[in-house]
Amino acid sequence: MKKKSFAGTLYTVLILFFLYAPIAVMIVFSFNAGRSTSVMSGLSFKWYGELFRDRATINSLVNTVIVAVISSIVSTIMGTAAATALFRYKSNVLRKSVLTVTNIPMMNPDIVTGFALMLLFVFCGRALGIQKDLLGLPTLLIAHITFELPYVILNVLPKLRQTDPNLFEAAQDLGCPPLRAYFKVILPAIMPGILSGLMMAFTLSVDDFIISYFVSGPTSQTLPIQIYAMTKRDVTPDMYALSTIIFLVILVMLMLYNGISSQKSPKKVRQRHR
Amino acid sequence: MNRSSFRTRIAGSPYLVWAALFILVPLGMVAYYSFTDQSGRFTLDNMARISDYTGPFLLSIWLGLLATVICLIIAYPLAYLIANSGEKRQRTMMLLMMLPMWMNFLLRTYSWMTILGDNGLINTLVTAIGLDPLKLINTRGAVVLGMVYDFLPYMVLPIYTIMLKIDRSLVEAAQDLGAGRLNVVKNVIFPLSVPGIVSGVTMVFVPSVSTFYISQKLGGTGTLLIGDIIEQQFQLGETSLHVGASLSFVLMILIFVCLTVMNRFSDSDGSVLV
Amino acid sequence: MKKLFALLLAVLVLALPLTLAAGAEGETAKDYSHLKGTTLNVYNWGEYISDGSEGSLDVNAEFEKRYGITVNYTNFESNENMYTKLKNGGANYDVIIPSDYMIARLAQQDMLEELDFSNIPNYKYILDKYKGLYYDAEQKFSVPYTVGMVGLIYNTKMVEGTPDSWNLMWDERYKGDILMFNNPRDAFGIAQCLLGQSVNTTDKAEWDAAAAKLAEQKPLVSSYVMDEVFNKMEGGEAAVAAYYAGDFLTMYDVNPDLAFVYPKEGVNFFVDAMCVPKGAQNKEAAELYINFMLEEDIAVANANYICYASPNKLVLESDDYDLKDDPILYPDESAMPKTQIFELLDEDTQLYMNEKWNEVKIESGNNTGVYIALAVVAALVVVFAVVKIVRGKKRKAMY
Repeated sequence: MKKKSFAGTLYTVLILFFLYAPIAVMIVFSFNAGRSTSVMSGLSFKWYGELFRDRATINSLVNTVIVAVISSIVSTIMGTAAATALFRYKSNVLRKSVLTVTNIPMMNPDIVTGFALMLLFVFCGRALGIQKDLLGLPTLLIAHITFELPYVILNVLPKLRQTDPNLFEAAQDLGCPPLRAYFKVILPAIMPGILSGLMMAFTLSVDDFIISYFVSGPTSQTLPIQIYAMTKRDVTPDMYALSTIIFLVILVMLMLYNGISSQKSPKKVRQRHR
Repeated sequence: MNRSSFRTRIAGSPYLVWAALFILVPLGMVAYYSFTDQSGRFTLDNMARISDYTGPFLLSIWLGLLATVICLIIAYPLAYLIANSGEKRQRTMMLLMMLPMWMNFLLRTYSWMTILGDNGLINTLVTAIGLDPLKLINTRGAVVLGMVYDFLPYMVLPIYTIMLKIDRSLVEAAQDLGAGRLNVVKNVIFPLSVPGIVSGVTMVFVPSVSTFYISQKLGGTGTLLIGDIIEQQFQLGETSLHVGASLSFVLMILIFVCLTVMNRFSDSDGSVLV
Repeated sequence: MKKLFALLLAVLVLALPLTLAAGAEGETAKDYSHLKGTTLNVYNWGEYISDGSEGSLDVNAEFEKRYGITVNYTNFESNENMYTKLKNGGANYDVIIPSDYMIARLAQQDMLEELDFSNIPNYKYILDKYKGLYYDAEQKFSVPYTVGMVGLIYNTKMVEGTPDSWNLMWDERYKGDILMFNNPRDAFGIAQCLLGQSVNTTDKAEWDAAAAKLAEQKPLVSSYVMDEVFNKMEGGEAAVAAYYAGDFLTMYDVNPDLAFVYPKEGVNFFVDAMCVPKGAQNKEAAELYINFMLEEDIAVANANYICYASPNKLVLESDDYDLKDDPILYPDESAMPKTQIFELLDEDTQLYMNEKWNEVKIESGNNTGVYIALAVVAALVVVFAVVKIVRGKKRKAMY
């Protein structure tokens, strides 16, 4: 199986080409001297300067980061607690029904989730007589936490299943109060799940457009919404410049991560052999 | 033990409240708005209006299906190739598959306009060879291409993950028993990878059916999808929110039916009857 | 402390006549220092203000610098979009810039705040012919920002001859190369001009006829667009488009192959004006902003940047204004096209128009292929299901 077949390699390369062609276009046009995203009229770095001058973009970038940080932290804490509780429910029916509800935001199309939340906010706003500033940062946060929670729970639950229940009981037998035992024993064991849940929640929040589109107000535009508004008129290459920067940052981060974990992995293999 | 189960309940309760408020209640809102008029009276008018939108509904399902099938056909061999390559290469490939997902999907889709346009990159090449320019953008084909492009990684990742879990010894056993490569794939690997396919199909089909951005940018006048119409209703305001809600309601049920059918029949063996 | 402040204010007020005499004409006389640190939410069309890009004056930054008021500037895509945002109550804006008929609608529904014109002294620079128009006859709610007309934009490399009629947008030869308005009022307006109707008709039969005209055009249309038109026309992706005259000048800068004409059947004439929506939280700053927009430097910068015709005397007389003699923006008597203005439609007609527009848009042509394909898929699923169930039963029977 180890031998590399030529056809296989070709196939992989073709798909990678398909995936990266638009990104290459973006990177090339971010250096366009003209304002077009379809006609190249010379090379320049001016859109990178323009990007940092454009306050609306910077504002929405800040909003995006604020929403992502707050919502991912809240959803991780709430989700971890929920997963712990779910794991220990004695009633099978209860656990199953909670899990089904948890699955809804993942199975439902984003457009329905967004629309439904918007209806809820509009309805409540009317009932409470709030006319102004109904949709804004708070509603955006609520929506983001809601769609992030299932991902956190689904990342934490498998780790909980892997922990040895005896550990927890042993700690209690040794006189450790349950809450302390939880923080000392269970939490470290499920930490990888929590972290990957946090990462996932953060990524989803940064990337979300559809749900945010329905529940954001004028003062809480996030980057994807700003980009959407821009693609409604003409996208100037400064957006491509931003994407290029993001692309490079993530590329470097992933490569570093990759480098670190590939250094670690040979040790793991050796351990297993013993 | 009683105390700790009490604590468990407390730990889970914020999530239960949250899920009820922001997952279940909004869905109730969708149903409420679907069956009421502006003054809050019960009406079936909104539901009756749905029949006007049969065309876009069916078109969305058809294009979503096409995109899903194409994704599956492309992704399956790729996932197989990746899962069977060396550890280092696997990691690099996964990195390359994930990287585009970190870029804003609106901009990635937008840059396809540069590639497919009447004076775009492909047509520039085509006319350079001396052929007539092709009609690429503003067609249904372009919309399907956009869907495949945006959601392909969602198909590759789950299939790849499940293939990693397949027990090598099963494959070896089949080979020892004289099964050829094709037979191994057909009788061992494929049945075992069905759960991955199911989650891949779900993750591609749901966003494809409900998209509105892709059809707006890459489609023309003949590609109005159900997502576009919901978005329009949202734009048109109050009176239309009710129609928008009923559209979301029907879309949700349709997707639910599609997923149930698929889940039922994807389980290998006779579990159909359960 | 308060007393001290009052004293300071009194001194300032006393000093005002002096500073006014010393200051340049048009400088606001009032003291606005108490607005420092507040925020002003401005809601405007896209690409509709001089924003500092490519060497222009950044109008909002200038306002912030001068008054210390933070401007939160956001865009809408069409009048209808803006109306929805306001109506849904999800929004909080201090200054909005809708078009005439939308102002009439907002005023009728009591959604606008009456302006205090003593805070907008620069209003005197607005040309008289743009004051007291039908949408705001008593001149209570609005201050004109730009005026303009709709026209036909075409690519001379793709269109033969010099067209002079909206019929060009129904010409089979340009199938797939036509861009049409993506909002009902403008789209119906063109069909109605072509049919020789009034754009404000209340006769449903006439609306039906116009809708039929639009449906007839649909197979030829490449896509329904708003500001996407810029990129498409600039890049030569379409041959013909209907859009606002001022925007043509922006496109022409990028693509000199483009040309513009006012079709002989008549066009829509519009005024976009600045208003303050009901419940605005910073009305005083809003009026200050409106006044600021009428100052010579600012108005000229805007007029040069967005290329729409200006209703402001100062702009028309300024030497810095590049488009003063532009024949498209300011056609002389002989070249003046027939114009119609959009009036406020009654609720009933409005709903009817929206409904008809919806029908035009969802009509997706010949879908038989899709239906057959879906039917085949459904049949396959059923067959597959039956086979599975039968097999399952057999297996069960075996055990």
